[in-house]
Amino acid sequence: MKQYSDLEFLRLSKWQRFCYKFLAFFAAIPRAIANFFINIGKGIKKCCLRVAAEFRDIGQTFVNGDWKTKVSFLVMGFGNLTHGQILRGVMFLLFEAVFIFYMIFTGGYWLSMLPSLGKQGPTNDYDAIYDSYTTHYHDNSFKILLYGVLTIFFIVAFIYTWRMNVKQCKIIDQITKKGGKLKGSRDDLRSLVDESFYKTLLALPLTGILVFTVLPIVFMILVAFTNYDGAHNGFSNNLFTWVGLDNFNTLFSWQSAGGGQSYSATFGEILTWTLIWAFLATFTNYFLGMFVAMMINKKGIRLKKMWRTILVLTVAIPQFISLLYVSKMFARNGLINLALGPQGLGWISQPLPFWEDPTWARVTVILVNVWIGIPYLMLITTGILMNIPADLYESAKIDGANAWQQYRKITLPYMLFITGPYLLTSFTGNMNNFNVIYLLTGGAPTNPAASGAAGSVGYTDLLITWLFKITTGAESQYYLASVVGIMVFVVVAVISLVVYNVLPSIKNEEDYQ
Amino acid sequence: MSKNENTSKRHMGIKAANRLSNGAIYVLLILISVIWLIPFVFIVLQSFRVESTYQVGYVVPHQWGLQNYINLWNSDFKRWYLNTFIIALASAVLVTIIQLCMSYTLSRFRFKMRGPLMRFMLILGMFPGMLTMIILYRVLSDLGLTQANAVPGLILVGFASSGMGYYVSKGFFDTISRSLDEAARVDGATRLQVLYKIILPLAKPIVIYTILTAFMGPWGDYVFARYVAFGTSAGYNVAVGMYSWLTNDQINRMYTTFCAGGVIVAVPVTILFLCLQKYYVEGVTGGAVKG
Repeated sequence: MKQYSDLEFLRLSKWQRFCYKFLAFFAAIPRAIANFFINIGKGIKKCCLRVAAEFRDIGQTFVNGDWKTKVSFLVMGFGNLTHGQILRGVMFLLFEAVFIFYMIFTGGYWLSMLPSLGKQGPTNDYDAIYDSYTTHYHDNSFKILLYGVLTIFFIVAFIYTWRMNVKQCKIIDQITKKGGKLKGSRDDLRSLVDESFYKTLLALPLTGILVFTVLPIVFMILVAFTNYDGAHNGFSNNLFTWVGLDNFNTLFSWQSAGGGQSYSATFGEILTWTLIWAFLATFTNYFLGMFVAMMINKKGIRLKKMWRTILVLTVAIPQFISLLYVSKMFARNGLINLALGPQGLGWISQPLPFWEDPTWARVTVILVNVWIGIPYLMLITTGILMNIPADLYESAKIDGANAWQQYRKITLPYMLFITGPYLLTSFTGNMNNFNVIYLLTGGAPTNPAASGAAGSVGYTDLLITWLFKITTGAESQYYLASVVGIMVFVVVAVISLVVYNVLPSIKNEEDYQ
Repeated sequence: MSKNENTSKRHMGIKAANRLSNGAIYVLLILISVIWLIPFVFIVLQSFRVESTYQVGYVVPHQWGLQNYINLWNSDFKRWYLNTFIIALASAVLVTIIQLCMSYTLSRFRFKMRGPLMRFMLILGMFPGMLTMIILYRVLSDLGLTQANAVPGLILVGFASSGMGYYVSKGFFDTISRSLDEAARVDGATRLQVLYKIILPLAKPIVIYTILTAFMGPWGDYVFARYVAFGTSAGYNVAVGMYSWLTNDQINRMYTTFCAGGVIVAVPVTILFLCLQKYYVEGVTGGAVKG
């Protein structure tokens, strides 16, 4: 591909620049991949050097340190305790005690079971005393996987803490040799509301994220490599186990699934619709919302506040009410069909297939989404529109630009520049817009060709609603849901990466402050 | 014709054109208002319909009455409403605290792990949250926080993972000048004092915005709430409970009751929203875009 110099690039029209950047991005991919591997190599080298340096440092600390330091290698926090840093010492010691206690009593078991995810499932044993069969439960794959991951987290945390403990000893050595004064417990506590106030503030949120987001996501990624489903729930019926890449093979296989089309065809169809939906939902809302905002903002329009309030009102009403109501309004025997039908106005003899015909359903979903989304977009764009310097329009008017030209040359570029990142998040948000699709159609109408795929796939299903259906379906193929979830992540990540490289308005965040 | 007359004529032409386009805009705006309000007017009207409980082809009831609201009172709706209200109240407090801690820290402090942390959370946010539902359900059920006890479970999950939604309020904190902090620091204030003496008073709009969105969120929460409370009416929130009224076997009996429920849910939330509308608009326009 032809490389333009800066000057040549500036001479291109806006559209050509965009295309150029777009193509340049893809042209750069092979190179980026090569760089990626080179960087990995470099990273590994750097990592090795770093680890070596750490070990050297640890060794030096041990050799140079006094007996207190040497004891600290085994009894964490000993150095701190003997030098009067009671708080730190106690924390270290406590952490070590908890860790050892945990590893001996439960952690060891979970870790040893992790490679097999449990050896013995429930057994139905004959009980001679009562002359009956009773079920005995043994290993629990679910818990093994969960606590196994947790134990690994814990071990990493322990190694990190141990390293910190050694570092502390080194620092104490250095300071005492110079004859300086060590920070006491009081200083530590004070620093928590001052220099390291951020640690205090972040402690609770990050713990929450770690336990309720990171851990579950790691767990679910791992599930993609197991056969965890309703029939292998790991506890009361069968254990589940590692199956390698089998589930990815299932999703991408071209073989017919259960008499219907193949999984990869179903996946492709749903992915295509998801992308079309996300694109249309984002941009219809964006442009129509901007249009409404501009109408209300126009000079000479009265009652601006009233128009805005009417629209904002609809933001306040919980979505499930409006979506469910509208969904039933368009139903086969809903308000609209009844009102237009023979008993009502008599305009139609057959009910309109709003939710029964694939194309009708898709169009209706997008229209209803416009209804839901415009007020919000109107709010967002109103503020930005008012910020556009008025003299730009004045000078454009003097030059004889009409309203459309003003919009094309001033309003739109300005808006796109400011809202670029918002458009991206809104696009990915729409890809995962569960509520609108599920509450409106539930994915209907059903796609008969995909009958073999897990969950009953419909024409308006997004990947995210499909994932939900797989999870809650009769067979609960959690492993497949997990694979679909990983694919959603991949798609979102790739789109974000591409757009971030093409968009002009990714600014340095420090510029704001 | 003198030059003067000519310009004034052209002026009048522009004025007339302007009046015409304004007229068109008024027509459009009225149309838009009608389209946007009509479903809600319909819900209110149908909630007073007595003669039938299923969907009909007209809107104005033939017979008015409060039968649907009485049905509502006699159903499990009270319990669902209370559940949702408790969740909303708890999340208004807890989620707000978590999100403000997170966004304030990321906006104001420069520490070694800040960049990696923000990138990490950006990547984390690309995973569909629904994926974690399965395991969260199993964990909650081990803790005994599902089915009838779904309320504490939903509060716990809702607030524990809310730190990820810091973008809007961080965008707002970024707009408060950092020289204020520095001035106070020079005068000897600790970081904690800077936060509650200087930043919080200035950040009132975003605090109210966060409380408002945190309070309104649970009223529409459907999917996880259904997953956690599945099959046990006592643990439902309004969304899950009222959804069950519109399933094929219930809809003909419960349709108008659903409308009445919708009114009862929407009215308080909407009034609260309208009172605090100013802050919401400020939050959305200030923080959401800059993010």
